Amino acid sequence: MHIEIDEIAKQFGSTTALHPVSLPIPSGALVALLGPSGSGKTTLLRILGGLEFPSSGRVLFDGKDATGLSVQERQAGFVFQSYALFRHMTVFENIAYGLRARPRRNRPPEAEIQRRVTKLLELIQLPQIAKRFPNQLSGGQRQRVALARALAIEPRMLLLDEPFGALDARVRKELRQGLRDIHDNTGLTTVFVTHDQDEAMELADLVVVMSMGKIEQVGRPQDIRARPATPFVREFIDA
Amino acid sequence: MSDAAFDHTDVVPGKWRPVAEESRTTRIVLIAIALGGLALLVLAPLAVVFAEALAKGAWAAVKSLGSRDARSAIQLTLLVAAISVPVNAVFGIAAAWVITKFDFKGKAFLITLIDLPFSVSPVVAGLALVLLFGTNSLIGGWLVASGFPIIFALPGIVLASIFVTFPFVARELIPVMIEQGRAEEEAALTLGASGWRVFRTVTLPNIKWALLYGVLLCNARAMGEFGAVAVVSGKIRGQTATMPITIEMLYNEYLSVAAFSMAAVLALLALITLALKTALEWRHADQLAATRRH
Repeated sequence: MHIEIDEIAKQFGSTTALHPVSLPIPSGALVALLGPSGSGKTTLLRILGGLEFPSSGRVLFDGKDATGLSVQERQAGFVFQSYALFRHMTVFENIAYGLRARPRRNRPPEAEIQRRVTKLLELIQLPQIAKRFPNQLSGGQRQRVALARALAIEPRMLLLDEPFGALDARVRKELRQGLRDIHDNTGLTTVFVTHDQDEAMELADLVVVMSMGKIEQVGRPQDIRARPATPFVREFIDA
Repeated sequence: MSDAAFDHTDVVPGKWRPVAEESRTTRIVLIAIALGGLALLVLAPLAVVFAEALAKGAWAAVKSLGSRDARSAIQLTLLVAAISVPVNAVFGIAAAWVITKFDFKGKAFLITLIDLPFSVSPVVAGLALVLLFGTNSLIGGWLVASGFPIIFALPGIVLASIFVTFPFVARELIPVMIEQGRAEEEAALTLGASGWRVFRTVTLPNIKWALLYGVLLCNARAMGEFGAVAVVSGKIRGQTATMPITIEMLYNEYLSVAAFSMAAVLALLALITLALKTALEWRHADQLAATRRH
């Protein structure tokens, strides 16, 4: 799905989280929103997912105005920073949640839910953990379960907030490839937020460098490396 | 740090205890103080109540509880608890929800307001209800004329109990809900769940233990409330006298077996709720562990 961010701005009381920003995200792209904390990247991601509403501006999905769509109507697979797995449910129930939450007429039968969850557990290469609770999983496993839960609803796009932030370096490298593979297999338009420039450069097709609620530069990783547009970008990617 | 700091050659193995642990003597003294206090202040009074109730034999105790007034008091107390506890559970959840999930002006004021029943004397609360709904007030006069009196009747007792027990549920829930944050609820919303479904399948299971504690405390207090109820009930024997009020009246009339029998029943009700809570905790120990922070 093609996403168009059109002059989106966001105020929280008297503080400006986002100055009007515009950004086209091509269908099927893997995009990194890169910037330090307070740069507005997470706010922008939450606006795409419908968890936050912009003070002004529009969001277009495949050319149609989606600004007023509720979070449920967005059908965005969202992976939260600390994964936000439902701690009182097993891994199976976590992944099945979105399917069970559907209105009765769209809800798949129990056998179909079983089949889909099993398939997703295979996709994240954790077929044996269905009956465990989140607090019995490692950080890397939790991240993959959160990803499977987001994919279970057959989302129109995938949004990830610092998906590797809470993991140690080795697991992080491993899971980067995992996300890349899932993206390539599903073809979903994917946007992830990170403050780690290596992660953005290695993983994304398109990197959006943000600072102080503004977009500093948009480009392919190699172009941003070769030709940083502003002193901020140069300094940030050198760090 | 120099290497000398790590020179352990003169350390005698086995002589060292963890830094956060007290010495053996200190531990024994502390435990003794705790147990002694518990025995003196909690167990002894409880034992005395049961002993006094059974002073003239079990039959005398049972007979005193079988009287019309005694049965009326027990029924009234259970009825008041059965109304005020669910009402306060709903109020408490709503208040905790509003306070922890949203930011708005006047939030601090609302929190103070929730605590008000803890800081105001129950007698004052009862008097306020009398002034507001008594026969001499505008609303009260009209209500009495319409055949729906509040003061010296069941509605007044229920209102007083609700007021006094209002903070329990909210106070238990607020810290738990603050600690858990909004992330799980947001996740459920992105997965397509409606607000009500999120509450039912995510919020409620996460707060259910805190809710249970709050409800149990609220219930214990609702059944045991004396001051506020004494003012609004009018202490009409067989009609508006709850268990605590009946106990006081019987005691003042030197009917000690009857007074202590009812006191024993009241204490027993509290012990049953406590046992219920422990049994639930025991049965759901694994689930309880899972809902803690991971």
